[in-house]
Amino acid sequence: MKTIYVDNAATTAMSDTAINAMTPYLKEVYGNPSSLHTVGQTAKEAIEDARARFARLINADPKEIYFTSCGSEADNQALRSAAYNGLKKGKKHIVSTAFEHHAVLHTLKKLEKEGFEVTYLPVSESGLVTAEQVERAIRPDTALISVMYANNEIGTIQPIREIGAVCRKAGVVFHTDAVQAVGHIPVDVKADNIDMLAVSAHKFHGPKGVGALYCRKGVPLNAFIDGGAQERNRRAGTENIAGIAAMTAALEEACANMPRTSAKLKSLRDRLIDGLLKIPHSRLNGDRDKRLPANVNMCFEGIEGEGLLLLLDARGICASSGSACTSGSLDPSHVLLAIGLPHEVAHGSLRISFSDYNTDEDVDAILQAVPEVVAYLRNMSPVWEALEKGEKEHLI
Amino acid sequence: MALYSEKVMDHFTNPRNVGKIDDADGIGEVGNARCGDIMKIYLKIDNGVITDVKFNTFGCGSAIASSSMATELIKGKPLEEALTLTNKAVAEALDGLPAHKMHCSVLAEEAIRAAIKDYYDKNGIAYDKSQFPDPHED
Repeated sequence: MKTIYVDNAATTAMSDTAINAMTPYLKEVYGNPSSLHTVGQTAKEAIEDARARFARLINADPKEIYFTSCGSEADNQALRSAAYNGLKKGKKHIVSTAFEHHAVLHTLKKLEKEGFEVTYLPVSESGLVTAEQVERAIRPDTALISVMYANNEIGTIQPIREIGAVCRKAGVVFHTDAVQAVGHIPVDVKADNIDMLAVSAHKFHGPKGVGALYCRKGVPLNAFIDGGAQERNRRAGTENIAGIAAMTAALEEACANMPRTSAKLKSLRDRLIDGLLKIPHSRLNGDRDKRLPANVNMCFEGIEGEGLLLLLDARGICASSGSACTSGSLDPSHVLLAIGLPHEVAHGSLRISFSDYNTDEDVDAILQAVPEVVAYLRNMSPVWEALEKGEKEHLI
Repeated sequence: MALYSEKVMDHFTNPRNVGKIDDADGIGEVGNARCGDIMKIYLKIDNGVITDVKFNTFGCGSAIASSSMATELIKGKPLEEALTLTNKAVAEALDGLPAHKMHCSVLAEEAIRAAIKDYYDKNGIAYDKSQFPDPHED
Protein backbone atom coordinates (compact mmCIF):
# COMPACT_ATOMS: atom_id res chain seq x y z
CA MET A 1 0.00 0.00 0.00
CA LYS A 2 1.26 3.44 -0.93
CA THR A 3 1.77 5.84 1.96
CA ILE A 4 0.19 9.23 1.39
CA TYR A 5 1.81 11.55 3.88
CA VAL A 6 -0.29 14.68 4.33
CA ASP A 7 0.74 15.79 7.81
CA ASN A 8 3.40 18.26 6.73
CA ALA A 9 2.34 20.88 9.26
CA ALA A 10 3.51 18.37 11.89
CA THR A 11 6.77 17.63 10.15
CA THR A 12 8.16 17.12 6.66
CA ALA A 13 10.45 14.58 5.05
CA MET A 14 13.98 15.92 4.62
CA SER A 15 14.84 16.99 1.09
CA ASP A 16 17.87 15.56 -0.71
CA THR A 17 19.23 19.10 -0.75
CA ALA A 18 19.07 19.27 3.03
CA ILE A 19 20.56 15.81 3.51
CA ASN A 20 23.42 16.58 1.10
CA ALA A 21 24.09 19.89 2.85
CA MET A 22 24.27 18.05 6.14
CA THR A 23 26.60 15.17 5.47
CA PRO A 24 29.93 17.07 5.09
CA TYR A 25 29.44 18.34 8.65
CA LEU A 26 28.83 14.85 9.95
CA LYS A 27 31.93 13.49 8.19
CA GLU A 28 34.74 15.85 7.24
CA VAL A 29 33.95 19.12 9.00
CA TYR A 30 33.48 17.79 12.51
CA GLY A 31 35.34 20.50 14.43
CA ASN A 32 34.08 22.53 17.34
CA PRO A 33 33.62 26.09 16.06
CA SER A 34 35.02 27.41 19.34
CA SER A 35 38.39 25.67 18.72
CA LEU A 36 41.22 27.82 17.44
CA HIS A 37 42.73 25.20 15.15
CA THR A 38 41.98 24.80 11.48
CA VAL A 39 39.44 21.99 11.94
CA GLY A 40 37.47 24.14 14.37
CA GLN A 41 37.74 27.32 12.34
CA THR A 42 36.50 25.56 9.21
CA ALA A 43 33.37 24.68 11.14
CA LYS A 44 33.11 28.25 12.41
CA GLU A 45 33.26 29.57 8.85
CA ALA A 46 30.52 27.17 7.80
CA ILE A 47 28.20 28.50 10.52
CA GLU A 48 28.86 32.11 9.65
CA ASP A 49 28.31 31.35 5.99
CA ALA A 50 24.99 29.71 6.84
CA ARG A 51 24.03 32.64 9.09
CA ALA A 52 24.58 35.15 6.29
CA ARG A 53 22.60 33.09 3.80
CA PHE A 54 19.82 32.38 6.28
CA ALA A 55 19.54 36.08 7.20
CA ARG A 56 19.20 37.10 3.57
CA LEU A 57 16.20 34.80 3.11
CA ILE A 58 14.11 36.72 5.65
CA ASN A 59 15.77 40.10 4.94
CA ALA A 60 17.64 40.23 8.24
CA ASP A 61 21.20 41.10 9.14
CA PRO A 62 23.42 38.07 9.97
CA LYS A 63 24.00 39.51 13.45
CA GLU A 64 20.27 39.30 14.06
CA ILE A 65 20.13 35.49 13.66
CA TYR A 66 20.60 33.12 16.60
CA PHE A 67 20.53 29.41 15.89
CA THR A 68 18.56 27.30 18.39
CA SER A 69 17.57 23.66 18.85
CA CYS A 70 13.97 24.14 17.66
CA GLY A 71 11.15 26.59 17.12
CA SER A 72 9.85 26.08 20.65
CA GLU A 73 13.20 27.10 22.11
CA ALA A 74 13.24 30.23 19.96
CA ASP A 75 9.70 31.12 21.13
CA ASN A 76 10.54 30.45 24.78
CA GLN A 77 13.69 32.55 24.66
CA ALA A 78 12.07 35.46 22.82
CA LEU A 79 9.04 35.67 25.11
CA ARG A 80 10.95 35.39 28.36
CA SER A 81 13.63 37.80 27.24
CA ALA A 82 11.14 40.45 26.12
CA ALA A 83 9.02 39.97 29.24
CA TYR A 84 11.92 40.24 31.71
CA ASN A 85 13.43 43.21 29.89
CA GLY A 86 10.02 44.90 30.02
CA LEU A 87 9.76 44.16 33.71
CA LYS A 88 13.02 46.07 34.30
CA LYS A 89 11.08 49.15 33.14
CA GLY A 90 8.08 48.23 35.26
CA LYS A 91 6.11 46.74 32.37
CA LYS A 92 4.13 43.63 33.27
CA HIS A 93 1.54 43.35 30.52
CA ILE A 94 1.65 41.06 27.48
CA VAL A 95 -0.72 40.89 24.51
CA SER A 96 -1.18 37.64 22.58
CA THR A 97 -3.99 35.60 21.04
CA ALA A 98 -6.17 32.69 22.11
CA PHE A 99 -4.94 30.37 19.38
CA GLU A 100 -1.16 30.48 19.64
CA HIS A 101 0.97 27.34 19.52
CA HIS A 102 1.58 25.76 22.92
CA ALA A 103 5.23 26.84 22.78
CA VAL A 104 3.87 30.37 23.18
CA LEU A 105 0.71 29.69 25.23
CA HIS A 106 2.40 27.56 27.87
CA THR A 107 5.28 30.03 28.23
CA LEU A 108 2.74 32.84 28.71
CA LYS A 109 0.86 30.77 31.31
CA LYS A 110 4.11 30.43 33.25
CA LEU A 111 4.82 34.15 32.94
CA GLU A 112 1.33 34.79 34.33
CA LYS A 113 2.24 32.71 37.37
CA GLU A 114 5.34 34.88 37.74
CA GLY A 115 3.16 37.99 37.94
CA PHE A 116 2.73 39.08 34.31
CA GLU A 117 -0.73 39.92 33.05
CA VAL A 118 -1.61 38.52 29.63
CA THR A 119 -4.43 39.70 27.35
CA TYR A 120 -5.42 36.86 24.99
CA LEU A 121 -7.11 38.49 22.02
CA PRO A 122 -10.16 36.60 20.76
CA VAL A 123 -9.96 35.22 17.26
CA SER A 124 -12.66 35.78 14.64
CA GLU A 125 -14.79 32.94 13.33
CA SER A 126 -12.55 32.83 10.27
CA GLY A 127 -9.42 32.50 12.42
CA LEU A 128 -7.98 36.01 12.18
CA VAL A 129 -6.99 38.80 14.53
CA THR A 130 -6.72 42.44 13.44
CA ALA A 131 -4.18 45.20 13.98
CA GLU A 132 -7.02 47.27 15.50
CA GLN A 133 -7.57 44.59 18.16
CA VAL A 134 -3.88 44.68 19.00
CA GLU A 135 -3.83 48.49 19.08
CA ARG A 136 -6.79 48.63 21.47
CA ALA A 137 -5.14 46.10 23.81
CA ILE A 138 -1.85 48.01 24.18
CA ARG A 139 -1.39 49.72 27.56
CA PRO A 140 1.38 51.97 28.87
CA ASP A 141 2.76 48.93 30.72
CA THR A 142 2.70 46.53 27.75
CA ALA A 143 6.08 44.84 27.50
CA LEU A 144 5.49 42.48 24.60
CA ILE A 145 3.07 41.52 21.86
CA SER A 146 3.11 38.02 20.39
CA VAL A 147 0.95 37.03 17.43
CA MET A 148 1.64 33.97 15.30
CA TYR A 149 2.39 34.51 11.62
CA ALA A 150 0.22 31.60 10.46
CA ASN A 151 -1.79 29.19 12.55
CA ASN A 152 -0.54 25.62 12.69
CA GLU A 153 -3.97 23.97 12.70
CA ILE A 154 -6.24 26.05 10.50
CA GLY A 155 -3.50 27.71 8.44
CA THR A 156 -4.83 31.26 8.66
CA ILE A 157 -2.28 33.99 7.89
CA GLN A 158 -2.44 36.95 10.24
CA PRO A 159 -1.99 40.59 9.15
CA ILE A 160 1.53 40.63 10.57
CA ARG A 161 2.76 43.70 8.72
CA GLU A 162 -0.11 45.85 10.07
CA ILE A 163 0.21 44.40 13.57
CA GLY A 164 3.96 45.02 13.42
CA ALA A 165 3.37 48.64 12.42
CA VAL A 166 1.03 49.13 15.39
CA CYS A 167 3.62 47.67 17.77
CA ARG A 168 6.45 49.73 16.29
CA LYS A 169 4.41 52.92 16.64
CA ALA A 170 3.66 52.10 20.27
CA GLY A 171 7.29 51.14 20.93
CA VAL A 172 6.38 47.65 22.12
CA VAL A 173 8.46 44.58 21.26
CA PHE A 174 6.68 42.43 18.64
CA HIS A 175 7.33 38.69 18.54
CA THR A 176 5.85 36.30 16.01
CA ASP A 177 5.91 32.52 15.94
CA ALA A 178 6.58 32.06 12.22
CA VAL A 179 7.20 28.31 12.35
CA GLN A 180 4.40 27.58 9.86
CA ALA A 181 5.13 30.58 7.67
CA VAL A 182 8.85 30.74 6.92
CA GLY A 183 9.62 28.68 3.84
CA HIS A 184 5.93 28.60 2.89
CA ILE A 185 5.02 32.25 2.28
CA PRO A 186 7.29 35.27 1.80
CA VAL A 187 8.51 36.63 5.14
CA ASP A 188 10.45 39.90 5.33
CA VAL A 189 11.27 40.89 8.89
CA LYS A 190 11.98 44.51 7.95
CA ALA A 191 8.89 45.16 5.85
CA ASP A 192 6.78 43.22 8.37
CA ASN A 193 8.01 45.34 11.32
CA ILE A 194 9.02 42.25 13.30
CA ASP A 195 11.28 42.45 16.36
CA MET A 196 11.53 38.74 17.17
CA LEU A 197 10.64 35.72 15.05
CA ALA A 198 10.88 31.96 15.58
CA VAL A 199 11.71 29.45 12.83
CA SER A 200 11.84 25.65 12.77
CA ALA A 201 13.78 23.72 10.11
CA HIS A 202 11.74 20.53 9.95
CA LYS A 203 8.65 22.35 8.70
CA PHE A 204 10.31 23.05 5.35
CA HIS A 205 12.13 19.77 4.62
CA GLY A 206 15.04 20.53 6.93
CA PRO A 207 16.10 18.33 9.85
CA LYS A 208 14.50 18.12 13.29
CA GLY A 209 16.46 19.52 16.21
CA VAL A 210 17.35 22.90 14.73
CA GLY A 211 15.65 26.26 14.56
CA ALA A 212 16.43 29.94 14.64
CA LEU A 213 15.50 33.11 16.43
CA TYR A 214 15.62 36.43 14.66
CA CYS A 215 16.07 39.33 17.08
CA ARG A 216 16.21 42.83 15.63
CA LYS A 217 19.30 44.91 16.33
CA GLY A 218 18.68 47.06 19.39
CA VAL A 219 16.14 44.69 20.96
CA PRO A 220 17.79 43.19 24.04
CA LEU A 221 18.04 39.40 24.07
CA ASN A 222 18.81 37.39 27.18
CA ALA A 223 20.43 33.98 27.04
CA PHE A 224 18.04 31.10 27.70
CA ILE A 225 20.73 28.45 28.01
CA ASP A 226 23.79 29.54 29.98
CA GLY A 227 27.28 28.25 29.35
CA GLY A 228 29.81 29.04 26.65
CA ALA A 229 30.00 32.12 24.47
CA GLN A 230 28.32 30.59 21.42
CA GLU A 231 25.85 32.69 19.40
CA ARG A 232 27.40 35.87 20.78
CA ASN A 233 26.61 34.83 24.37
CA ARG A 234 22.91 34.45 23.62
CA ARG A 235 22.74 30.67 23.27
CA ALA A 236 25.32 28.42 24.90
CA GLY A 237 26.01 24.92 23.64
CA THR A 238 28.22 23.59 20.85
CA GLU A 239 26.54 24.48 17.58
CA ASN A 240 24.58 21.91 15.57
CA ILE A 241 26.55 22.66 12.43
CA ALA A 242 25.10 19.87 10.31
CA GLY A 243 21.59 20.94 11.30
CA ILE A 244 22.28 24.62 10.69
CA ALA A 245 23.79 23.92 7.25
CA ALA A 246 20.87 21.67 6.31
CA MET A 247 18.26 24.15 7.57
CA THR A 248 19.84 26.92 5.54
CA ALA A 249 19.99 24.82 2.39
CA ALA A 250 16.39 23.70 2.88
CA LEU A 251 15.19 27.26 3.34
CA GLU A 252 17.10 28.48 0.30
CA GLU A 253 15.43 25.77 -1.74
CA ALA A 254 11.99 26.47 -0.28
CA CYS A 255 12.29 30.20 -1.01
CA ALA A 256 13.65 29.66 -4.53
CA ASN A 257 10.84 27.21 -5.34
CA MET A 258 8.10 29.19 -3.63
CA PRO A 259 6.45 30.67 -6.75
CA ARG A 260 6.07 27.18 -8.23
CA THR A 261 5.24 25.24 -5.05
CA SER A 262 2.83 27.86 -3.81
CA ALA A 263 0.78 27.66 -7.02
CA LYS A 264 0.89 23.86 -7.03
CA LEU A 265 -0.05 23.51 -3.36
CA LYS A 266 -2.90 25.99 -3.67
CA SER A 267 -4.29 23.95 -6.51
CA LEU A 268 -4.11 20.70 -4.49
CA ARG A 269 -5.57 22.50 -1.47
CA ASP A 270 -8.47 24.10 -3.32
CA ARG A 271 -9.45 20.93 -5.14
CA LEU A 272 -9.45 19.02 -1.86
CA ILE A 273 -11.49 21.68 -0.06
CA ASP A 274 -14.08 21.80 -2.84
CA GLY A 275 -14.32 18.02 -2.89
CA LEU A 276 -14.61 17.58 0.87
CA LEU A 277 -17.20 20.33 1.19
CA LYS A 278 -19.51 18.11 -0.87
CA ILE A 279 -19.81 15.88 2.20
CA PRO A 280 -23.07 16.99 3.88
CA HIS A 281 -22.68 18.86 7.17
CA SER A 282 -19.02 19.57 6.73
CA ARG A 283 -17.21 22.88 7.01
CA LEU A 284 -13.86 24.42 6.25
CA ASN A 285 -12.14 25.83 9.32
CA GLY A 286 -10.27 29.09 8.84
CA ASP A 287 -10.46 31.79 6.21
CA ARG A 288 -10.45 30.40 2.70
CA ASP A 289 -8.19 33.06 1.18
CA LYS A 290 -5.90 34.23 3.99
CA ARG A 291 -4.61 30.71 4.28
CA LEU A 292 -1.35 28.80 3.96
CA PRO A 293 -1.04 27.23 0.49
CA ALA A 294 -0.80 23.70 1.91
CA ASN A 295 -3.42 23.70 4.69
CA VAL A 296 -6.86 22.10 4.69
CA ASN A 297 -8.81 21.83 7.94
CA MET A 298 -12.36 20.46 7.92
CA CYS A 299 -14.99 19.39 10.41
CA PHE A 300 -17.48 16.61 9.77
CA GLU A 301 -20.47 16.62 12.06
CA GLY A 302 -21.47 13.52 14.02
CA ILE A 303 -18.08 11.80 14.13
CA GLU A 304 -14.95 11.88 16.25
CA GLY A 305 -11.59 12.68 14.69
CA GLU A 306 -9.45 9.88 16.07
CA GLY A 307 -11.53 7.17 14.43
CA LEU A 308 -11.30 9.09 11.18
CA LEU A 309 -7.49 9.26 11.45
CA LEU A 310 -7.11 5.56 12.27
CA LEU A 311 -9.29 4.48 9.37
CA LEU A 312 -7.47 6.81 6.97
CA ASP A 313 -4.17 5.45 8.29
CA ALA A 314 -5.40 1.94 7.53
CA ARG A 315 -5.70 3.14 3.92
CA GLY A 316 -2.21 4.62 3.97
CA ILE A 317 -3.29 8.24 4.47
CA CYS A 318 -1.41 10.00 7.29
CA ALA A 319 -3.26 13.09 8.50
CA SER A 320 -4.01 14.89 11.76
CA SER A 321 -6.98 15.96 13.89
CA GLY A 322 -7.78 18.39 16.66
CA SER A 323 -10.06 15.95 18.46
CA ALA A 324 -9.76 15.46 22.22
CA CYS A 325 -8.63 11.88 21.77
CA THR A 326 -5.66 13.02 19.74
CA SER A 327 -4.82 15.90 22.07
CA GLY A 328 -4.56 13.63 25.11
CA SER A 329 -7.18 15.62 27.03
CA LEU A 330 -10.96 15.72 27.12
CA ASP A 331 -11.10 19.03 25.32
CA PRO A 332 -10.71 19.32 21.59
CA SER A 333 -8.16 21.70 20.07
CA HIS A 334 -7.97 25.16 21.65
CA VAL A 335 -7.68 26.60 18.14
CA LEU A 336 -11.01 25.16 17.00
CA LEU A 337 -12.67 26.30 20.23
CA ALA A 338 -11.10 29.78 19.78
CA ILE A 339 -12.80 30.20 16.39
CA GLY A 340 -16.10 29.46 18.11
CA LEU A 341 -16.75 25.84 17.15
CA PRO A 342 -18.91 23.91 19.63
CA HIS A 343 -17.11 21.02 21.33
CA GLU A 344 -19.25 18.46 19.50
CA VAL A 345 -18.18 19.80 16.12
CA ALA A 346 -14.54 20.41 17.05
CA HIS A 347 -14.16 16.71 17.94
CA GLY A 348 -14.75 15.79 14.30
CA SER A 349 -11.89 17.69 12.71
CA LEU A 350 -9.37 16.65 10.08
CA ARG A 351 -6.21 18.50 9.09
CA ILE A 352 -4.54 17.71 5.80
CA SER A 353 -1.28 19.55 5.15
CA PHE A 354 0.48 19.04 1.83
CA SER A 355 4.07 19.41 0.72
CA ASP A 356 5.70 19.61 -2.69
CA TYR A 357 6.03 15.81 -2.56
CA ASN A 358 2.25 15.36 -2.82
CA THR A 359 0.46 14.90 -6.12
CA ASP A 360 -2.94 15.21 -7.74
CA GLU A 361 -3.26 11.43 -7.34
CA ASP A 362 -2.91 11.89 -3.58
CA VAL A 363 -5.84 14.31 -3.64
CA ASP A 364 -7.84 11.76 -5.67
CA ALA A 365 -7.12 9.07 -3.07
CA ILE A 366 -8.09 11.35 -0.18
CA LEU A 367 -11.28 12.41 -1.95
CA GLN A 368 -12.13 8.75 -2.38
CA ALA A 369 -11.32 7.71 1.19
CA VAL A 370 -12.63 10.53 3.39
CA PRO A 371 -16.29 10.48 2.28
CA GLU A 372 -16.37 6.67 2.71
CA VAL A 373 -14.79 6.77 6.15
CA VAL A 374 -17.03 9.64 7.29
CA ALA A 375 -20.12 7.75 6.10
CA TYR A 376 -18.94 4.59 7.84
CA LEU A 377 -18.38 6.36 11.16
CA ARG A 378 -21.63 8.31 10.89
CA ASN A 379 -23.48 5.07 10.31
CA MET A 380 -22.45 3.84 13.77
CA SER A 381 -22.72 7.21 15.53
CA PRO A 382 -25.64 7.82 17.90
CA VAL A 383 -24.97 11.55 17.51
CA TRP A 384 -25.45 11.34 13.77
CA GLU A 385 -28.61 9.28 14.26
CA ALA A 386 -30.06 11.93 16.57
CA LEU A 387 -29.17 14.65 14.05
CA GLU A 388 -30.74 12.75 11.18
CA LYS A 389 -33.90 12.02 13.13
CA GLY A 390 -34.19 15.69 13.97
CA GLU A 391 -33.82 15.03 17.71
CA LYS A 392 -30.80 17.32 17.61
CA GLU A 393 -30.21 20.32 15.42
CA HIS A 394 -27.38 20.31 12.94
CA LEU A 395 -24.70 22.76 14.02
CA ILE A 396 -22.95 22.86 10.65
CA MET B 1 -0.36 1.91 14.81
CA ALA B 2 1.47 1.23 18.01
CA LEU B 3 -0.96 3.24 20.12
CA TYR B 4 -3.36 0.28 20.25
CA SER B 5 -3.09 -3.49 20.54
CA GLU B 6 -3.93 -5.62 17.52
CA LYS B 7 -7.15 -6.67 19.27
CA VAL B 8 -8.25 -3.07 19.68
CA MET B 9 -7.50 -2.37 16.02
CA ASP B 10 -9.37 -5.52 15.00
CA HIS B 11 -12.47 -4.54 16.99
CA PHE B 12 -12.19 -0.96 15.76
CA THR B 13 -11.81 -1.74 12.08
CA ASN B 14 -14.21 -4.74 12.13
CA PRO B 15 -16.56 -3.90 14.97
CA ARG B 16 -18.98 -6.66 16.01
CA ASN B 17 -22.67 -6.00 16.67
CA VAL B 18 -22.86 -2.53 15.15
CA GLY B 19 -26.37 -1.27 14.64
CA LYS B 20 -29.70 -0.87 16.36
CA ILE B 21 -32.51 -3.14 17.48
CA ASP B 22 -35.83 -1.53 16.60
CA ASP B 23 -37.85 -3.52 19.17
CA ALA B 24 -35.16 -3.52 21.83
CA ASP B 25 -36.15 -4.56 25.35
CA GLY B 26 -33.57 -2.27 26.93
CA ILE B 27 -31.61 0.73 25.66
CA GLY B 28 -28.75 2.44 27.48
CA GLU B 29 -26.99 5.62 26.43
CA VAL B 30 -24.04 7.14 28.31
CA GLY B 31 -21.43 9.84 27.75
CA ASN B 32 -21.85 13.15 25.99
CA ALA B 33 -20.82 14.58 22.66
CA ARG B 34 -19.13 17.55 24.33
CA CYS B 35 -16.50 15.21 25.75
CA GLY B 36 -16.25 13.25 22.55
CA ASP B 37 -17.79 9.91 23.58
CA ILE B 38 -21.34 8.60 23.40
CA MET B 39 -22.27 4.93 23.57
CA LYS B 40 -25.72 3.51 22.96
CA ILE B 41 -26.44 -0.16 23.63
CA TYR B 42 -29.58 -2.05 22.52
CA LEU B 43 -30.55 -5.33 24.20
CA LYS B 44 -32.95 -8.06 23.20
CA ILE B 45 -33.81 -10.12 26.27
CA ASP B 46 -35.58 -13.45 26.49
CA ASN B 47 -36.18 -15.22 29.78
CA GLY B 48 -33.53 -13.18 31.52
CA VAL B 49 -30.94 -13.95 28.84
CA ILE B 50 -29.42 -11.44 26.40
CA THR B 51 -30.30 -12.98 23.06
CA ASP B 52 -29.11 -10.08 20.93
CA VAL B 53 -27.13 -6.89 21.44
CA LYS B 54 -26.21 -4.00 19.16
CA PHE B 55 -24.36 -0.75 19.65
CA ASN B 56 -23.85 2.70 18.19
CA THR B 57 -20.87 4.72 19.31
CA PHE B 58 -19.60 8.23 18.68
CA GLY B 59 -16.02 8.29 19.84
CA CYS B 60 -12.43 7.39 19.27
CA GLY B 61 -10.98 4.06 18.18
CA SER B 62 -10.86 2.64 21.69
CA ALA B 63 -14.45 3.69 22.40
CA ILE B 64 -15.65 1.80 19.34
CA ALA B 65 -13.44 -1.21 20.14
CA SER B 66 -14.63 -1.24 23.78
CA SER B 67 -18.28 -1.20 22.66
CA SER B 68 -17.63 -4.01 20.24
CA MET B 69 -15.80 -6.17 22.78
CA ALA B 70 -18.33 -5.50 25.54
CA THR B 71 -21.23 -6.57 23.32
CA GLU B 72 -19.36 -9.76 22.45
CA LEU B 73 -18.77 -10.49 26.14
CA ILE B 74 -22.46 -10.24 27.13
CA LYS B 75 -24.12 -11.79 24.11
CA GLY B 76 -26.01 -14.95 25.11
CA LYS B 77 -25.35 -14.33 28.81
CA PRO B 78 -27.93 -14.13 31.61
CA LEU B 79 -28.51 -10.56 32.85
CA GLU B 80 -27.00 -11.35 36.27
CA GLU B 81 -23.79 -12.36 34.57
CA ALA B 82 -23.78 -9.35 32.24
CA LEU B 83 -24.08 -7.14 35.30
CA THR B 84 -20.82 -8.52 36.66
CA LEU B 85 -18.92 -7.33 33.57
CA THR B 86 -16.31 -4.79 34.63
CA ASN B 87 -14.49 -2.22 32.56
CA LYS B 88 -11.27 -4.01 33.49
CA ALA B 89 -12.55 -7.19 31.91
CA VAL B 90 -13.37 -5.30 28.72
CA ALA B 91 -9.91 -3.71 28.64
CA GLU B 92 -8.20 -7.03 29.36
CA ALA B 93 -10.15 -8.78 26.62
CA LEU B 94 -8.79 -6.12 24.27
CA ASP B 95 -5.22 -6.90 25.43
CA GLY B 96 -5.16 -3.60 27.28
CA LEU B 97 -5.92 0.05 26.56
CA PRO B 98 -3.60 3.04 26.95
CA ALA B 99 -4.06 4.63 30.41
CA HIS B 100 -5.76 7.74 29.05
CA LYS B 101 -8.24 5.55 27.15
CA MET B 102 -9.42 3.45 30.09
CA HIS B 103 -12.49 5.68 30.42
CA CYS B 104 -13.70 4.16 27.14
CA SER B 105 -14.00 0.76 28.81
CA VAL B 106 -15.79 2.40 31.76
CA LEU B 107 -18.27 3.85 29.31
CA ALA B 108 -18.91 0.39 27.85
CA GLU B 109 -19.60 -1.09 31.28
CA GLU B 110 -21.91 1.80 32.12
CA ALA B 111 -23.78 1.60 28.83
CA ILE B 112 -24.58 -2.06 29.44
CA ARG B 113 -25.75 -1.36 32.99
CA ALA B 114 -27.90 1.51 31.74
CA ALA B 115 -29.52 -0.77 29.14
CA ILE B 116 -30.24 -3.50 31.72
CA LYS B 117 -31.65 -0.94 34.15
CA ASP B 118 -33.88 0.37 31.34
CA TYR B 119 -35.18 -3.16 30.79
CA TYR B 120 -35.86 -3.64 34.53
CA ASP B 121 -37.62 -0.27 34.75
CA LYS B 122 -39.76 -0.89 31.69
CA ASN B 123 -40.86 -4.29 32.95
CA GLY B 124 -41.35 -3.36 36.60
CA ILE B 125 -38.67 -5.81 37.70
CA ALA B 126 -37.33 -5.07 41.18
CA TYR B 127 -33.56 -4.67 41.50
CA ASP B 128 -30.86 -3.67 43.91
CA LYS B 129 -30.35 0.06 43.26
CA SER B 130 -26.73 -0.11 44.47
CA GLN B 131 -25.96 -2.15 41.36
CA PHE B 132 -26.72 0.88 39.22
CA PRO B 133 -24.66 3.86 40.32
CA ASP B 134 -25.07 7.02 38.25
CA PRO B 135 -22.87 6.87 35.18
CA HIS B 136 -19.79 9.05 35.23
CA GLU B 137 -19.98 12.34 33.44
CA ASP B 138 -16.59 12.51 31.82
